[in-house]
Amino acid sequence: MHAPAVDCRGVSVRFLSERRTVTALEDVSFSVQPGGFTSLLGPSGCGKSTLLRVVADLIAPSEGQMSVLGLSPEEARKDRSLGFVFQDAALLPWRTALQNVELPLEVGGRRSLPPGAATPRELLALVGLAGWENSYPHELSGGMRQRVAIARALLGGPRLLLMDEPFGALDEITRDRLNEELRRIWAETGATILFVTHSVYEAVFLADQVLVLAANPGRVAAVETIDLPRDRDLLIRDTAAFVAIAARMRAHLGKGTH
Amino acid sequence: MTAIPDTSLIATSREQSIRSAEDAFRAEQRRRRLRGRLLPVVGIVSLIGLWAALVYVLKVPPFVAPSPQLVAFTLVDRWGVLMTNLLPTAIEAISGFLLGNLAAILIATVFVHKKSLEQAFFPVVVLLNTIPVVAKAPILVLLLGNGMEPKIAIAALICFFPTLVNMVRGLESVNPQQLELMRVLSASKSETFFKLRLPNAVPYLFSALKIAASTAVIGAIVGEWIGSNTGIGALIIQSTYNFDSAMLYATVIVGSAFSVMFFLTITLIERLVVRWQPANLH
Repeated sequence: MHAPAVDCRGVSVRFLSERRTVTALEDVSFSVQPGGFTSLLGPSGCGKSTLLRVVADLIAPSEGQMSVLGLSPEEARKDRSLGFVFQDAALLPWRTALQNVELPLEVGGRRSLPPGAATPRELLALVGLAGWENSYPHELSGGMRQRVAIARALLGGPRLLLMDEPFGALDEITRDRLNEELRRIWAETGATILFVTHSVYEAVFLADQVLVLAANPGRVAAVETIDLPRDRDLLIRDTAAFVAIAARMRAHLGKGTH
Repeated sequence: MTAIPDTSLIATSREQSIRSAEDAFRAEQRRRRLRGRLLPVVGIVSLIGLWAALVYVLKVPPFVAPSPQLVAFTLVDRWGVLMTNLLPTAIEAISGFLLGNLAAILIATVFVHKKSLEQAFFPVVVLLNTIPVVAKAPILVLLLGNGMEPKIAIAALICFFPTLVNMVRGLESVNPQQLELMRVLSASKSETFFKLRLPNAVPYLFSALKIAASTAVIGAIVGEWIGSNTGIGALIIQSTYNFDSAMLYATVIVGSAFSVMFFLTITLIERLVVRWQPANLH
């Protein structure tokens, strides 16, 4: 048995300000198995994005232990074991799609890909953007920009992909299509994925484990293993099994609210 | 007997109507573009006509205001003198432009990296900027003498402030998620600066440079007013004292033509450099 890809033990995060102290996360514990797909589901303000940022070493926990791929978050970040996809694609508008995907090779002391890793062009093809290499972000649709951001996060073959509501700003039709593609990309790359969302359907459809968070303060309301076939398409959302799981998630969410 | 409608015929007639609508639309677009280009010319020509008519009808003496024909004649007749005097003004304006903007860019970079320096010195810069140019000019002439130096300094000072403010804003107004991205990638401070902050500031820089292109010329001319025997500014003063209104107008035209060319050059460079924004953001 491998060490968990993410192991979070009693993590709390407090933000201090002059007026008051906000507890964003309180005593959160969970773990993600290597190669797993875990959704972090919760209402806005439940600290799910904060939790993702603790994993990515963007925020230091006030208490508790976070271990990422058996390392500290900082070591995992410096080791380029993490890919991060932001809510807005965070592309650099002066770079073409291909140049955006190549950015990780120009900073942080990395100048070459590990042997066998997919090239920027191959990654753009993987996310369905072959032929768009030389387009600038403003020439791409919102969905295509997120695809570029995913390709950039996959460069170098990270073992852990962190996604912070990447499809939150997209229309439902585009979001559905990207959900299906993300399942395929996950299967093809074999990376562990931690996916933040506030959509019950998205959380259940994508993941094999859902972590439901409750707000004020952010804490774990429930952890559920999703017992659905590994091969899924969007039609699965109309099956009785899926509907039952989604209803259970909503019940967990309902308990968490005040 | 019922007639069976010929669907292929309907299809062709629909294609035809689409095509004729497209043609009409394109012709209309062409007409509008032509009008858009012609109307400013019509405006300028009619204004010059009105000017000529007023001078002729009211019998305005040439030492008060010249007729446009006289100005045109002076432009041609004294072209050599005008160009001889444009040269120092152009050198002063361009040197001041380069110097002032370079200083602004460097200081903005320092400010962004050392917040305490920004807090200490930004108010000083704001204070200096509140002194009007016509008040700064004599001080600089006393400090730097009667040569080109004080004019360059005035042109540089006048460019400095807008560029500093815009450059600081451009370097700092980086999307927080892009900053987080650089951190996830373990980018160093200088990598974040050159790969993210600096390119982010370029559109801000150019909007300041376009302002600076015209103000640098103003700075050089104001400097020449205070103390100079050559240059567009000196020529303006001389022709005013000589009641040579035609020469005064010709000098003003040469000065503003240079200003416009300077501005257009910067705009052209901007178009070549900043290609990533959709055109409607300009």
